[in-house]
Amino acid sequence: MSELLKRFKGITEDPGLSFTQKARYLSLEAENSLPYPELDEETAKALEERVICDMYEGHAPFKPRYVMPDYSVVLEKGSVFLELEPATTLDEAINALMIAYHHIPSVTNMPVFIGRLDNLLLPYCEDVSDEDLYKKLKLFWRYLDRVLPDAFMHANVGPTDNRVARTIMRIDAELKQIAPNLTFIWDPQVSSDEIFSQACLSIIECSKPHIANNPLHQPLFDEHGYGIASCYNVLPLCGGASTLTRINLHEVARRSKDTADFFENVLPKYIDLNFRLTEARIDHLFNKSGFFESFLVKEGWISKDRFTAMYGIFAMAQCVDELQAKEGHSGKYGHDETANQLGHRISEVLYKAVEARPMENVWRGKAMLHSQAGLSDDNGCTPGVRIPYGSEPDPVTHVQALAEHHAFYPSGISEILTLDETIESNPAALEQLVKGAFQLGFREFSANISNNDLVRITGYMVRLSDIEKFRECGGSRINTTVLGAEAAEKGKILDRAPRVMSHELAPRYSQ
Amino acid sequence: MNLPRATVSKVLKFSCVDGPGNRLVLFLQGCNFACPTCHNPHTMKLCDDCGDCVSECPTGALAIVQGKVLHDPSICDQCDKCLDVCPINANPKVTQYSVDDVLALLYKNKPFLNGITVSGGEATTQLKFIAALFTAIKSDEKLKDLTCFIDSNGYLPEAAWKSVLPVTDGVMLDIKAFDDTLHSTLTTRSNERVLTSAKLLFKADRLTELRYLLIPERTDSSKEINALSEFVQTLDASIPLRLNAFQHHGVKGEALNWPAMKKPDVERIAVKLREAGLKNVMTPSTYL
Repeated sequence: MSELLKRFKGITEDPGLSFTQKARYLSLEAENSLPYPELDEETAKALEERVICDMYEGHAPFKPRYVMPDYSVVLEKGSVFLELEPATTLDEAINALMIAYHHIPSVTNMPVFIGRLDNLLLPYCEDVSDEDLYKKLKLFWRYLDRVLPDAFMHANVGPTDNRVARTIMRIDAELKQIAPNLTFIWDPQVSSDEIFSQACLSIIECSKPHIANNPLHQPLFDEHGYGIASCYNVLPLCGGASTLTRINLHEVARRSKDTADFFENVLPKYIDLNFRLTEARIDHLFNKSGFFESFLVKEGWISKDRFTAMYGIFAMAQCVDELQAKEGHSGKYGHDETANQLGHRISEVLYKAVEARPMENVWRGKAMLHSQAGLSDDNGCTPGVRIPYGSEPDPVTHVQALAEHHAFYPSGISEILTLDETIESNPAALEQLVKGAFQLGFREFSANISNNDLVRITGYMVRLSDIEKFRECGGSRINTTVLGAEAAEKGKILDRAPRVMSHELAPRYSQ
Repeated sequence: MNLPRATVSKVLKFSCVDGPGNRLVLFLQGCNFACPTCHNPHTMKLCDDCGDCVSECPTGALAIVQGKVLHDPSICDQCDKCLDVCPINANPKVTQYSVDDVLALLYKNKPFLNGITVSGGEATTQLKFIAALFTAIKSDEKLKDLTCFIDSNGYLPEAAWKSVLPVTDGVMLDIKAFDDTLHSTLTTRSNERVLTSAKLLFKADRLTELRYLLIPERTDSSKEINALSEFVQTLDASIPLRLNAFQHHGVKGEALNWPAMKKPDVERIAVKLREAGLKNVMTPSTYL
């Protein structure tokens, strides 16, 4: 039996995978047995050495990584292809969305974006009582978690204060499901204090939603607006992102003699190689895959010219520490001003390089820089520009150390602040932390409360109790539990230290 | 004018347990009590420059210069060996802050803050500094919306409170015990001033929270709990009362042999207090 067939056989017989998970892994293996899109020798070598990385998206990109449909099209006009009439009631609208989601591809084959749900559903809610709205949305929420069990699937609400947004956040905090992930889009000019407070209380309850800073995102997009998908990718609606490639900055630093060599020679080289990798993949998607012949384009759910290229980076912390060591400095990233400024400088250089490079078949002709939040096998490398797990300073210092990066990452950047559960009795402290972070330029805010079962791993949610069960009996209904278990073991993610200042300030139980 | 400076053992930029919202907390060095149950015993005394810690410092961050112990934070790795060997429960790592130094800290962290809390040690042992600081905050256009709180053991005399209350938004007050002999055993001081402070602060509408440390076999007796209940009710049954539970974390000396307070006992006492009519009894939010 060939190696390939052995791998296929191994997947079909793996007792730890459900049959749908097996089917998915089999299809990935099949795709990856095809030749890779043609790369020049230098790019292929950098990919082989994983200095640059394609996120293991597969050898034959036949669908964009993230699809951000304008779901209002199917609600308002129906779909010829899906034989759907325009929706006229809330039931019909929810039903149309449930159908639509099954036809939205992504890198995981599940939708990573299920819409700005309050905008989509509000027009159908006029004659619906609060109680009915709650019941219908609760069933919808249960359906999403059970049928599309992927924590990368992301719903958005806000910035307006409205019944749908409030009801969704209420249900989400009650059910504490992994899926869908949820972002509340906040805008101090539009959102009420009450709904902002509700979002903060919900974070305390279940570490969701994640809060996005609308005044920073909105101006970068056009009249179609934007949506937040997967783990905090900010992308054009009615389009999405064709690819996500990324540079391992630690590997770049390791290949540099010193900081000067890093900036002058090695980083520019790998920036270029990562562009070449991106171009090869986009070329296959646009010119060979036939994806854009889909009914999604014909019916106007998405538009071929609205797909960006996400240009990712990660391991900023290890990169800066490596360069600091090469310069004989001991200050660590996240804690030392010089180290932090070196990080900011790297982000600025990356941003300018991405802005300066014209790209074909990419929305507005340019890629968008992204602080990429980790695959589950990133041994020893910290996601994006984050501070390594377990060594984070207090939440305020944490935000101050990283805020300057945020201006440079238009397609998404996220930090996860771990907060002690004492915040439960003081939600005003969380509200002020979010406001402070946004005032300093944070584009998005995510928090874990340290006694929640539901926590973010690199950006997606997992239940700690599921990881425990997975370890014990080897199986999970939820795709991301597998990723989460890997990330937890390799990335020391669950070592993430809450900043427990109450240990000093108030007596605590210790049993 | 000789402006007051504070001897500060620690500054926190994020605290959600020292009053409403997020607060910058200044821990002032020095205390007029000497509780064996203290979980920050190194904040009790001011350094007398004996130098015992200098030779113990593994990174060489401590030195004696002209008879004074000096600390170099840039090479200190916070191992706290100096605190362990200090014969008087002091701290060689303190920093002197002027009012302007603290205002600068507040400006820098203002977007994140709802207010400032001075704690300790016993904050009111440096009352002139507190009064100067809070006055400066209240008269600063950019800072005046920050609330100013004091965390205190209540030993401050009545007249002294009156000097700081006009610029203070709230006080969180610890009562260690109601039986005076027990109070003296637990703190080395009588509780008379403490109870007077509580009444005074309540009357002045500045009593934000009362705190009571439950220590098994000492302050958890029915007699003490009844006295606590009665005392609160003579003020107002809805005053926030935070029950703390004695634990060994940070404690030095004889109290390490005392048992730690367990969650079910804390909850039982909380229930009893609520049944007695107290409307705002809080128990520790974390059980690690």
